[in-house]
Amino acid sequence: MIRRGVVLLLLLAVTHSAISAQSAQPVQPFRPTPLKSGIDFSGAEVRALQQDDFSSPAMLWVTRGEKLWNEPAGNSGKSCATCHKDARVSMKGVSAGYPKVDPDTAKLTNLEGRINQCRTQNQQAAPLRYESDELLALTAYVGLQSRGQPVNVVIDTQNRRNFERGRDIFYTRMGQINLACTHCHDRNFGRKLLNDTISQGHGNPYPAYRLEWQTMGSFHRRLRACFFGVRAELPPAGSQDLLDLELFLAWRSQGLKVETPGVRK
Amino acid sequence: MTAPDPMRTMRGAAVWVIALAAGCAAPGSGVRYTLSGGEIREPLSNAATAAADAERGRKVLVSREANCILCHAAAETGERFYGNLAPPLSGVGKRLTAAQMRARIVDPLFFNQESIMPAYYRVEGLHRVAENLRGKPILSAEQIEDVIAYLLTLQ
Ligand code: HEC
Ligand code: HEC
Repeated sequence: MIRRGVVLLLLLAVTHSAISAQSAQPVQPFRPTPLKSGIDFSGAEVRALQQDDFSSPAMLWVTRGEKLWNEPAGNSGKSCATCHKDARVSMKGVSAGYPKVDPDTAKLTNLEGRINQCRTQNQQAAPLRYESDELLALTAYVGLQSRGQPVNVVIDTQNRRNFERGRDIFYTRMGQINLACTHCHDRNFGRKLLNDTISQGHGNPYPAYRLEWQTMGSFHRRLRACFFGVRAELPPAGSQDLLDLELFLAWRSQGLKVETPGVRK
Repeated sequence: MTAPDPMRTMRGAAVWVIALAAGCAAPGSGVRYTLSGGEIREPLSNAATAAADAERGRKVLVSREANCILCHAAAETGERFYGNLAPPLSGVGKRLTAAQMRARIVDPLFFNQESIMPAYYRVEGLHRVAENLRGKPILSAEQIEDVIAYLLTLQ
């Protein structure tokens, strides 16, 4: 009985402090329950497109990615395949563990960052521009090899600071509209914001084809759209803010299945 | 209005003390008002109330700038889509006075610290605001008085 009371109190404290976080006070993070992918909040048209690889527009980028995987690039004359061989084997499950702290640089890196690190260091080629079709294509192709696998990031001493910074962004009100991510994606998923059904805000389908964009886009591009929505300053794609947020969101979606390359409205 | 729940009233009371002590005047922005007892009795701009126009208010309500219908249904506006994150505004003119509406639009957090409704006439204590919007309220005093004139017609 007493135990139960304590748990309840803790829960109350957690939800209350999380939601009213005006300033960046330490917040106990929590996951929405039950955990649901954005596809469960999507309309029939979007679901049908994502389910069928033959009609999914996102598959065009996968096809391109597969080609790039096998193409030599840079001064090394090496392709991704030179080192990693068959992506279907070597890249299986890889994207589900990103973002990750890179052992060499000790910096938090997402899949796009990792691909560019291979480009510059191992292929001796110019890095690919964030949001370029090439980077989206390679990210989608590598991501596809984890499709159906559960998101699985581990928070440890190496990435705890990043995790906490991401968490603080998620729970802190921002922008002229003065809302935090939690207000929409923890408190109001399933409800309508004009004609959009709000989901729990997970990154499991990215990079994804968005009908609104009429093209493929990165996870960071999707995040920037929400910053824009609350009329906040837009952190650049690949910035520390978005990387830290990406890590927090990956923790929050732990166990959800990777859907890359997804389709969204 | 529905009966306020005790949590809300308590939090409201705590904020009230601050509001009473401080009032609100952001230097340079022209934003100034006094919220007490859940009301802002004085119009945000005298000139504006004299000329407040309900039809202009309707346009503001559905504009991208204010976007009240992102969250509130308001069938009277004749729009096709509405959100459902907030109580419908239909009939709000019967429930609230102009002074109460003004307070709700200017500072929703006064009534509910966890409110998701944006404060339309606030410029301070905000984080990471887009550079071109810093120091500017979402709506001008005139626009808010027009919106109130429109809401009063929703009987
Ligand atoms: C005012 C409401 C609102 C706020 C605040 C908000 N979002 Fe969103 N977000 C949406 C809507 C609406 C969508 C599109 C529908 C959907 O997928 O949820 C969306 C989509 C997303 C998606 C894509 C989900 C998918 O399956 O494709 C992610 C991820 C996301 N938001 C994260 C965030 C983060 C992180 C923040 C804070 C930086 C944030 N959102 C703030 C309303 C909001
Ligand atoms: C992002 C969501 C959101 C937006 C946008 C929004 N509101 Fe609200 N509004 C709410 C919520 C939620 C409530 C319920 C009280 C609370 O939680 O603050 C509310 C309450 C109100 C009330 C009190 C209603 C009553 O019956 O007591 C009025 C009046 C109101 N809003 C007017 C407006 C106007 C006018 C606009 C645009 C200029 C607007 N709202 C924009 C979410 C929103």
